[in-house]
Order: sequence, then C-alpha cells, then structure tokens
Amino acid sequence: MNLSDLANPSRFLQLANNTIPWLSGVTVLAFAFGIDQAMIAPDDYQQGATVKIMFLHVPSAWLGMLGWGVMTVAALGTLVWRHPLADVTAKAAAPIGAAFTLLCLVTGSLWGRPEWGTYWVWDARLTSELVLLLLYLGVIALWRTVDDPSRAARAAAILTLVGAIDLPIIKFSVDWWNTLHQGASVFRLGGSTIYPTILIPLFVMAGAFTLLFATLLLAAMRNEILRRRVRTLHLLQAGAAS
Amino acid sequence: METTAHIDFIAASYASAVIIIGALIAWVSLDYRAQRRTLADLELQGFTRGSGTAPTNRTSDHAKEAAKEQA
Repeated sequence: MNLSDLANPSRFLQLANNTIPWLSGVTVLAFAFGIDQAMIAPDDYQQGATVKIMFLHVPSAWLGMLGWGVMTVAALGTLVWRHPLADVTAKAAAPIGAAFTLLCLVTGSLWGRPEWGTYWVWDARLTSELVLLLLYLGVIALWRTVDDPSRAARAAAILTLVGAIDLPIIKFSVDWWNTLHQGASVFRLGGSTIYPTILIPLFVMAGAFTLLFATLLLAAMRNEILRRRVRTLHLLQAGAAS
Repeated sequence: METTAHIDFIAASYASAVIIIGALIAWVSLDYRAQRRTLADLELQGFTRGSGTAPTNRTSDHAKEAAKEQA
C-alpha cells in the first residue's frame, strides 16, 4: 500500500479498522510502562517530587504543537494538492491538539504554583501557548460555522497556516524574551540538562503520548469520513422526500 | 525534598490528565458509535452511497452489522 492508496477513503477506513485495535493495545502498554518509570524516577534535587508533573506537562506541550503541525501540513494538502483526506485530517486533529494544549496549560499551572508561587503569569511562553489553545478553538468554531465541508476546509486551512506562526514563537519564546518559564532543557545545543534517570522516563511518556495521539487521530479521521457519508445520505434522503 | 511534598499538585495534575484524556477517548468512541448507528439506519431505509436518489433494497455491511448487533 502506498500514499496514493490512502487517498481513497474506503481504503483508509479499512486500514484504520485494522490498525486502531493494535495501536490502542500498544498505547496502553506504553502508558503502563511510562507511568511505572515516571513513578519510580527519583525526585529532582531542586524541585523535589513536583518533577513528576513534567512527565505529563512536557509531552502534552509537544503533542499540542505536533497537532498544529499536522494541521499545517494538512492545510497545504487542502490548498495545494487537494488531497481528499487532507481536510479530514485537519478537522480530526483540531480537538485532539486542543485537548493536549489544554492539558499542558493545566499541568503547567499546577506545576507553577509550588515552583514559582503563582498559577499564571503573562510571560511569552505561557501566553503563546494560550494563543495556541485559542487558535485551536477558533479553527474548531470555523469548522462548525460553515456547513459545506469543502468551503470550511479552505477557510480553516488559511487560518491554520496563519496560526502556524505561533509554533516557532512558542519554541523560541524562552530565548527571545526574558521569561519566568525555564529555557530549553531537553533539545538544546550542548545536550540535555536533564539527568538520564528523569530524561528516559520523560521520553517513554512522550512515546506513549505520541501513540495515543496517533490512535485518536486515526479514530477521529474514521469518524469524520463516516460523518461525511451520513451527510451524503441525509442529502439523498432529503432529495427523495422532496 | 520529600516525595510527599506538594503531593496535592502532583495528584491534581494526574487527575486532570485522566479527565481530559478520558473525555477525549469517550468523545471519539461515542462519536464513532453514533455515526455508525446513523449510517446503518439510513442504509436500512435503502439509502446507500451510489444509490442515487431512490431507496434501494441493497443492504450494506454497516446495516448488516447493525442488524446482527441488534439480534
């Protein structure tokens, strides 16, 4: 099977039906292993046990940004290549990315209170992450506002491409501005500043979150294809009734 | 620092993850069931993809599966 085969929604449904149960099982196993590793990881020498919040906060931040990245590629697929599944992918990814971004903000606030003494501060990293959540909500609202899926797809694709500007701002905000949020500590020149006993569980949890994202994305895409079939049949039904 | 320090913030973080991810999984699962049920109902009425405007007597895989589940 190659990429062009996936352009056929029926083939994609077949692939999704075959893949989702296996992917779900692997995701559960990955989370079981990841949470076990996170719980036995030692406390941080400065932050103590609150470092365990990092195992949720950092992967959800990455997945929130990955979600918009997927939507950006899908937006190009809609506007440039007109791939049949591009707008399906974009629409399906939006609520999933929004949920991970929300989780990032919630866990970040809960981590910030004991470490910084505040749940929230309007620094560049936190604000740009909040902007990402608002962008997600805007795209979801746009999809719901326009009835015709192809028109909604084009409008959402343009908003997605504009919103992609926020991704490098989130990433480099801690370098460009003076922020309360710490600087990059995982992916940085000179290597990670995190000790392996904490870094390895973090990567395991990030892997589990990524598997969850992939499973949910496939499932949501399958739902969207079925929703479009329902819409087509409702139109047929309305035509037959009139 | 002891592991129990700030345990309430740690517990609240993991609880929020369970709630948000649980809600996401529930939404995707319930949406799938709802779409399949609606599709099966329409197909049982004879409206199938490629059937044009007139209801047909053809029964699709979705409708057959739904009938089996109901039986």
